Amino acid sequence: MRGREAREQAERKAVMATLAQSSGDDIVRLWNEAGLPSEAELLRGPETGLVTVRGRIGGGGAPFNVGEATVTRATVRLASGQVGHCYALGRDREKARLAAIADALWQDPARRGEVEAKIVAPLQVALVEARDKRRAETAATKVDFFTMVRGED
Amino acid sequence: MYVAVKGGEAAIANAHRLLADRRRGDRSVPALRLDQIVEQLALGVDRVMSEGSLYDRELAALAIVQARGDMIEAIFLVRAYRTTLPRFGYTRAIDTGTMLVERRVSATYKDLPGGQLLGPTFDYTHRLLDPELAVGGDVAEPLRRESEAEAMPRVSAILAREGLIEPDGELPQDHVPGDITREPLEFPMARDIRLQALSRGDEGFLLALGYSTQRGYARNHPFVGEVRIGEVELELDVPELPFAVPLGSIRVTECQMVNQFKGSAKAPPQFTRGYGLVFGQSERKAMAMALCDRALRASELGEDVVAAAQDEEFVISHSDNVQATGFVEHLKLPHYVDFQAELDLVRRMRAEHEARENAGKAEEKREAAE
Repeated sequence: MRGREAREQAERKAVMATLAQSSGDDIVRLWNEAGLPSEAELLRGPETGLVTVRGRIGGGGAPFNVGEATVTRATVRLASGQVGHCYALGRDREKARLAAIADALWQDPARRGEVEAKIVAPLQVALVEARDKRRAETAATKVDFFTMVRGED
Repeated sequence: MYVAVKGGEAAIANAHRLLADRRRGDRSVPALRLDQIVEQLALGVDRVMSEGSLYDRELAALAIVQARGDMIEAIFLVRAYRTTLPRFGYTRAIDTGTMLVERRVSATYKDLPGGQLLGPTFDYTHRLLDPELAVGGDVAEPLRRESEAEAMPRVSAILAREGLIEPDGELPQDHVPGDITREPLEFPMARDIRLQALSRGDEGFLLALGYSTQRGYARNHPFVGEVRIGEVELELDVPELPFAVPLGSIRVTECQMVNQFKGSAKAPPQFTRGYGLVFGQSERKAMAMALCDRALRASELGEDVVAAAQDEEFVISHSDNVQATGFVEHLKLPHYVDFQAELDLVRRMRAEHEARENAGKAEEKREAAE
């Protein structure tokens, strides 16, 4: 039971990560194509605020505050009772609202598959593609050292 | 008697309208869009985010347009904006070891796990102006090289294995990270607070101080252990969720400076370190920050404080360009009454001075006559 709960939490977190990383335009486009319900009771927000970003001294030492970042959050409740949340960098309120609805729908076992297939999976594919592209472009600038042999002996 | 004077309302309104006009410039030239600034003046945007201490590209781009490209004015605008927003909390500390790296170089190790990745750098360019850019020609797509995703441990972790370098900076377990946006500066300060101030500090000021340490003022022969630029993920603990909520990624630049250290009464000979971490892509700023961080650790390491870059109160009190510009630029605001008072004072002093002079001359004459 504990194991299943932990696994489900990890999956939910991964879905929230995908939504937070994706652009609002992509989410809106997929949402319209999917025909998922786009209305839900707003319990909080969407509202924009700040988080203070922390780093670590030397990379791995004691934490310190680096600066702030804008974050927009929303909390919604579906008619079926599920409460969904979103926190995402930036000031895109519609993205936060839809992502909170997605989180709520995902918690409904009857809707999870649909949310996964129509929203999360395509977003994930796009994110992985963008990441791979970036990695490959960076890899092309990797220095290959070679040794120059001078003289006869 | 002091008579209050009012005025200038119409002049101010008209000046602001004129400013808006000059900001827009020639109307036959298309107006800049924010996405053009975000995409094509990205490093300027990064500087405004770093020194404005607010990670938001569009807001930084807006500030740059509104400030007509005046970076410090743009930074000021961003700082003012951030005071209007509520704060949701402090993120978990980012892990730069898991960064999606876009550039990573080390001046201390040629062959290191993950390799030397030059990324989009100005290094090795010839600094020749490119007339092609003036006419807006097509730009080739970057090349790609498929490669296995390779772990890229921080260089400091590699050096640490030999025990010749000090560990990452630790503070006592129960130390709560200080926050200069919440509490006024107090000296001396802990290293965490200093780093927060340096990370938002003025690039030019920190660059000059870092340069001064290289030229012999608080000499500390440095090596760039590593500079890395890339995206890191942010997570925030919130009461409504049983796990840290993922927020998305931000781009940061990190610099690990490694410095020779001959040892002191407090510490054995070893390599010591300075650390730099800033928003966006800015290795000049991250390197300058790391040099200043190291110089400011003089007392901690038992070094003599002999140079400006080692003087914590001097460096931190003057590193914030919004504060600096506020105090310098206020001098141009009306000081009519102040100056009137000073003028009276100088007139009086002058009269007394002349009276003394005349008295002295009369005395000399009298003595000569006698």
